[in-house]
Amino acid sequence: MNISALNIVLIIIIGLLGVGLYGLLITRNLIKIVLVLQILVKSAMLALVLAGKAAGNLDLGQSLAVTVIVADTVVAVVGLALAVQVRRRFGTLDVPQISTLRG
Amino acid sequence: MESFFYIILGLVAIFCAYRAMLAQRLLSSILYLACVSATVSVILYLLGAQQVAVIELSVGAGLVTVLMVYALSVVGDDAQDLLSVIPKPLAFCIVALLAVLAGFMVYNPNPMSDSTLQTTSFSLATVLWQVRVLDVWIQIALIFSGVLGVLGLLSEKAAPTSKKGEVHS
Repeated sequence: MNISALNIVLIIIIGLLGVGLYGLLITRNLIKIVLVLQILVKSAMLALVLAGKAAGNLDLGQSLAVTVIVADTVVAVVGLALAVQVRRRFGTLDVPQISTLRG
Repeated sequence: MESFFYIILGLVAIFCAYRAMLAQRLLSSILYLACVSATVSVILYLLGAQQVAVIELSVGAGLVTVLMVYALSVVGDDAQDLLSVIPKPLAFCIVALLAVLAGFMVYNPNPMSDSTLQTTSFSLATVLWQVRVLDVWIQIALIFSGVLGVLGLLSEKAAPTSKKGEVHS
């Protein structure tokens, strides 16, 4: 089977997406959820750049990837701030335990 | 030769992502995530997206790692092996189904190749500042949201708790 470099990158994207989705399904720690979301967003960003390159408009893919990086960083910051406040208030980062608490 | 580099980088990225997900200590997970960011930035560089590669390396592997280590120093590293909410075999089956569906997308008789590429007439600066100017405004709004998030991260006091029946003097 003839696999070009772009197809290899597509397989990498699917691999990262699979690892991220699996981690999101099995993770209970709030900080680790933020961390796994980062992996998912990295695969999406790589997919945007790959799509731009495959379509012959790499600059548009780069522009969208920059937007994704900014949004991803803000999601990480807000998620970590929430995790810190949740830890201070409830004393745990376990998501099912937090959802059963009454504050 | 180029495909060889992509295969090596892809294996490293997926291995680091897997270890980041399964590492017992959160600090190890964060360092593995930084490795994923660095590897992804090298892949972006090889794809020709040099500007995004630099931003990803500085923001993804630098800023986010520092923020996560700081948050970890605040909350403490809880080395816990908690049972997952969803059974792991079920989660694995869902991901395997995704991989099979994505495999159909990858396997096609006409794989993507560089020979079909066309040259674009716009530069990145033109696309970012003129064609996609709405994205820039959205990014500015997001950055302000991030600043508020940093204030929440750095605040020393815990969020106020109000208990029912508590009498305030």
